[in-house]
Parts: sequence; C-alpha cells; structure tokens
Amino acid sequence: MSRNLLLGVEAIGQGAIDGGISGVYAYPGTPSTEITEYIQINPEAVRRNIHRQWSSNEKTAYEAALGMSYAGKRALVCMKHVGLNVAADPFMNSCVTGVHGGLVLAVADDPSMHSSQNEQDSRFFGKFGMVPVLEPSDQQEAYDMVYEGFELSEKLQLPVILRITTRLAHSRSGVVNRPVKPENNLKLPGNPKQFLLLPAFARKYYQGLLGKQSEMLQLSEKAVWNRYLDNPDKSLGIICCGIAYNYLMENYVGQECPYPVVKVSQYPMPEAMIKKLETSCDEILVLEEGFPLVEEQLSDYFGKGKKILGRLSGALPRAGELNPDHVARALGREVKSSFQVPGVVANRPPALCQGCGHQDVYYALNVAIEEIGRGRVFSDIGCYTLGALQPYNSIDTCVDMGASVTMAKGAADAGLIPSFAVIGDSTFTHSGITGLIDCVNENTNVTVIILDNEAVAMTGGQESSAKGKIEDICAGVGVEPQHIRLVVPLKKNHDEMVRVISEEMNHPGVSVIIARRPCIQKIARDKREKAREKEA
Amino acid sequence: MKIDIILAGVGGQGILSIAAIVGAAAIEKGLYLKQAETHGMSQRGGAVVSNLRIADYPVSSDLIPLGGADVILSVEPMESLRYLPYLTKNGWLVTNSTTFENIPDYPDFTEIEKEINKLPHAVLLDADKIAKELGNPRGSNMVMLGAASPFLHFSDQEMEKAIENIFRRKGQDVVDLNINAYKAGRAVSDKLIKVD
Ligand SMILES: Cc1ncc(C[n+]2csc(CCOP(=O)(O)OP(=O)(O)O)c2C)c(N)n1
Repeated sequence: MSRNLLLGVEAIGQGAIDGGISGVYAYPGTPSTEITEYIQINPEAVRRNIHRQWSSNEKTAYEAALGMSYAGKRALVCMKHVGLNVAADPFMNSCVTGVHGGLVLAVADDPSMHSSQNEQDSRFFGKFGMVPVLEPSDQQEAYDMVYEGFELSEKLQLPVILRITTRLAHSRSGVVNRPVKPENNLKLPGNPKQFLLLPAFARKYYQGLLGKQSEMLQLSEKAVWNRYLDNPDKSLGIICCGIAYNYLMENYVGQECPYPVVKVSQYPMPEAMIKKLETSCDEILVLEEGFPLVEEQLSDYFGKGKKILGRLSGALPRAGELNPDHVARALGREVKSSFQVPGVVANRPPALCQGCGHQDVYYALNVAIEEIGRGRVFSDIGCYTLGALQPYNSIDTCVDMGASVTMAKGAADAGLIPSFAVIGDSTFTHSGITGLIDCVNENTNVTVIILDNEAVAMTGGQESSAKGKIEDICAGVGVEPQHIRLVVPLKKNHDEMVRVISEEMNHPGVSVIIARRPCIQKIARDKREKAREKEA
Repeated sequence: MKIDIILAGVGGQGILSIAAIVGAAAIEKGLYLKQAETHGMSQRGGAVVSNLRIADYPVSSDLIPLGGADVILSVEPMESLRYLPYLTKNGWLVTNSTTFENIPDYPDFTEIEKEINKLPHAVLLDADKIAKELGNPRGSNMVMLGAASPFLHFSDQEMEKAIENIFRRKGQDVVDLNINAYKAGRAVSDKLIKVD
C-alpha cells in the first residue's frame, strides 16, 4: 500500500475523484481553495473531463452542484465558512428537496481567523439543515469520508457536509487511495417533483426530512469514524470532535490515555456512546474545534447535571484554534517552554507586493480625497483590503464580499456624499453587480472603483470570472458610458488617476472607475503553469 | 525515534521547498509524517511557519507542542526567534543571517544576533552569500537545509537522494546545483559543531 503525501484539501480532492464525481463546483476561499485546484490539474480528472471550472460565487456553485445531483450524477461543492453564508439559501432548501446524485459540501472553517473576517463553525449549518456532518480527524479520514460520503448522501438522499478547519486543510500526511468508482449515469429523479418546493410539496418533503433523523442517528452510532475507547480512570470522560482527537492523543505519546474517550467524527452525535460516557464518568471534557456546539448541547442550563468542561466552562479558550497545549492545560498537565520570544521580534503582517497596482490606486485616491476628509471609502475583501494598513490607510471598511458597493450606497442615501466603493474584479462579479444595479436604479451618488488585476489574487491567482467583461457589465446594468472610466494604475499615471477620481467624485450620480493592470503574482503563476504543462 | 522541526520564514521565501525534501526523505525511509503549512493571507509577505513532524510511529497532532521542537530552521533571522517557545531545551536553532526587511519597524540586526548568540545551540550563517558564491543565488534554502542536516537524523546520502527526487524533472544541472548548495551548508555546521 503506497502512501501519498497529501494536504487535507488534496486528500478531499482525491477522495472525490476516486469517489466518482462528475463535477466540482467552487469559489476560492482560504482554506478550501486547493481542493478544486487539485482536481483541476489531476490527470484522472482531466481524462474524465470532470467539471472543474470556478463558479462566480458560492451560491452559484452550490446551485450548479445541485443541478448535477438532479441529473443523477455526483457533485462536490467547496467553499470557506463565510462562503456558506452566501450559499445558505440553496443549501437550506436542498436539505428539504434532498438530492438525487450524491452531493458532498466540503466547507473549511478558519478558527483563529488566519485568513478570514470572522470565525464560524459550519457544524451549525449541519444542525440547521438537519443533515449529516462528517468531521475528519486526519487526512486519511478526510479522503475516506469524501470517498464514502457520496454513497451516504445517496442512501439518505440528503446533502452531506464535510467540515474541516485550516489546520487539517493545510497539513500533509500519508494517504492511501482506494479503487476509483465509476461515475453515475445521467438519470432524472424518480419523483419528477422532488425539486419543486411549492408549499404543498415542501411541507411533505420537510416531514420527510424530519423522518430521516432517526436513521441519521443510527448511522452515526454505527459509523466507523465514531468510537468509544474505554479506559480505567473514570474521574473524567472525554469527547473529541474531529481534529481535537489528535491533540488529545499528542498528550499521551507512547502511553494510553487514562480516561474513556468518545471520538466523534460523524454527526448527529452518537447518542448511545455519549450517554454511556456520561453514566460511566464523573465529569465530561469536550474538545472541539470551533464553537462549543457539543458542549452547549450537553450542558444543562440549571447546572444540575454532571459537570461539562470545555470552551464555555473556561477549561479551554472560548475563541481561536485548539492546539495540543490548550488540551494539555485542560487536562491539568504542565506545559513548559525553555525560551521566550525576545522583545526584538516585530510583527510581520502580510502586505501588498512590491509593484502591485493596488498601491498606485491608493496613492492616487488618497490625494484625490484629501479635500473631503476621511471615512468615506467603503471597501471589500481581497488583497486590496491591505490598503487599510500603513502606509496607505486608504480604506475604512471591509465586511463581506460585495458590501463596499451597497454600504457606500446606504451611506450616500444617509447623506454621506461623496462616498466611494473600492472593490476587486472577482469580488465585483461575486457580489458587486447586484449592488451596482441598486445604485443605478436610484442614480445614487457613488463612485465605484473596481481594482481589476484580472485575477483572484488573495487566494493565489485563480482565473477571475470578470476578466474582459467589466465595462460591458457596468454598461449593461445601466451605468452611463461617459462615467465608466478606465485607468492604468502605474506610477507614471498618478496625476491622471487623481484627475479621473476627482472628476467622477464630483459627478452627482453613479460612476465606475476601472483600474486595470494584471496582478504581478498572477503573471508569474501563469508562467509556472505554462512550464508545467510543457513538462507534462 | 521522532524529530520535530519548525521551518520559519517570510511568505514568498519558499520554506516549503525545504519541507518537501525532508518529507520525501522521511517517506522513502518508511517513516510517519505530518507537515502543517501556512497558506493564505500570510503568503503575501507575512510571517510563515511550517511544522514538520517525523516519527517511526504514527504522528498525532499536526502542530508541535510548546517546548517540543528539536530544530528551528529559519531562512530569515528575525523569524527564527518568533517560535523560540517551541524549541526544546537542547534543541538547535539554525538560521540564515540575511534579513528580509519589509516592515517599517524591522529591528537592528545586531539586536537579533545578540538574541541568537544567547542560545545554547545556534548556527547562524549567511546562506544567501554562500549560495551566490556557488553561482546559485536561488539555492540559499538548500544551503540552509544542509546547515540543519546534522540535526535531522538523515544521512547525506538519504538527503541527497531526496533532493534528486524533488528536482529531477528540472534536469541534472539543477539537481547538482542544489546538492552542492546542500553540501556547502553542511560544511558550515560540521565545522561549528567540531569547535563546539
Ligand atoms: C464569501 C466569501 N468567499 C470567499 C472569500 C475569500 N476571498 C477573500 S478575498 C478573495 C478574492 C478577491 O479577489 P479580487 O476581488 O479580485 O481581489 P484581489 O485579491 O485580486 O485584489 C476571496 C475569494 C471570502 N472572504 N468570502
């Protein structure tokens, strides 16, 4: 058996290919991006011509995956945690329609916010939608869960969530592959009205979903990934969810953990195992990555039951990523360091690359708005968000993808005029267009600057679905052609950019300024890819 | 047997090329391995770190516990100090001395050097300079790997084979250049350890 050294995200990609998918649908987002990138260049995926192009956003990705499932085939859909907020509408409704071909939603959470605006725990979406959640503890389980997840999905006729976090996503370990399964044939759903959520049908399907809950529970009790490990010291019982299991075991290298353990990797929680643990042990410690979902469920409000320890009780930090040291402290074990971080070590936050065109836009914008004062630049998510930091200090907000345009609109409606939106090209096609339509419909006095580096740069330089289309999109939604301006963000064009921004700022309606220059990292990436293709 | 390595640097410096080689050597030997990497936002010039864990038993945690790292291998001197709480009492810190200054408050190098010299086991070398002298300016990471190699429990033969495996598709010239860089780094540490 040969082991391949795969990142967690790569293991998921490989598990999906081997599990017989006909398509992957996704929008990039750390730490989920490389699942799709792995499939995009995998020779087997290329040979089978598995669908593997990026979608415009997570909602379109999820819906397309659901369409593939409708047609009887298996689809994987991938996103980061905040992406599932965007896709929440199709997700929740697909829990009611159910699926036809297997559908696995791989969603990657980012506790500690290494590369995100917030921390969220996508297991809640599993509870919310009342569908199974698989949470691997290692790369091999990630592979196996996707590989088997499509069958689970087809058996229950429900979408299945695979929930990972940054650490597993971006850590490598040996993974053993299994035989490739054939893809499903094209086939319409047995019930032609399965995907018709008219209230009369929806009420019936919702009852069906409620009816599946006991079967889901039974499957969790029997799942190979859920285990009861009995051990002699009953003063404490430990529940480990997903990757937390490893942090526990790290504390007992070369020895047995003295306490009984329930390892949870498939939800709904295996009730019988957890009840057995509760009856056998004096106290329960819950180790879970993300929110205290299990802990809260087990804790009783009036504090009359057994003591439940975890992130809520203070045994573990309430926020941020777990690690073996947090777990050691929760177990009352000593954690010792021989050395401290010396005071000379300065923070090194990420920064815009030298030569990046975003810089030139910010230098021009700062000059153009000098006279009107600060607090009017609504921005968005991408490399350009780094314009909030020194030495630019150019932007005032970053909330969720697309919010620059709509927040600028709301602020303008409130009387903050002029107001600016600064948005990247990929963010614009993700969620900016609809907001621009709102502005056009009311001829709101906003200036939208689209930073068009012809790439999804922040996540590594993927193809942007906006490429070559932005002027047409803006004109198409009704922005007046004379107020769609194009500039090239280069130092030598500084004065021109300042002039264009000032002119449009003074136009009492919707203006769009497109600052177009390719991302320098993207140019390098394209070169590397060409070289790789040549080698192959 | 286990060896826990912290690889440190700045996004864009390519610390994962080092991890790939050590990882290949470990797999070749049938050892277990976990390697946590930094992807995402920090790759844009921020501090990046990789936890590389190798053992002859299955590795549990993807992260090295505090005080558990046998080696800190850094391609940038200030970054080598950022992870000191993870170094075991008798662990080795091996770092490049060429600074990467992309922040306004980057400290004075002599201050960094002072901290490094306080450690019981440290190797500080100018890998960039050595690589340039070898006519392989992009080989500084291989120089660093060589400098750390006495503490990694792989033979030169095993390491050189791993370098070959990783770089083979780029041609024999590239393999040779990298093996030479590795050897030059190794020579620096060998000399130092003898003096020790
Ligand atoms: C809903 C959602 N999906 C995905 C992401 C991850 N994400 C952050 S920035 C970004 C790319 C933005 O690209 P673009 O707007 O072109 O800006 P650039 O980075 O190229 O400057 C992505 C995909 C996110 N934060 N939120």
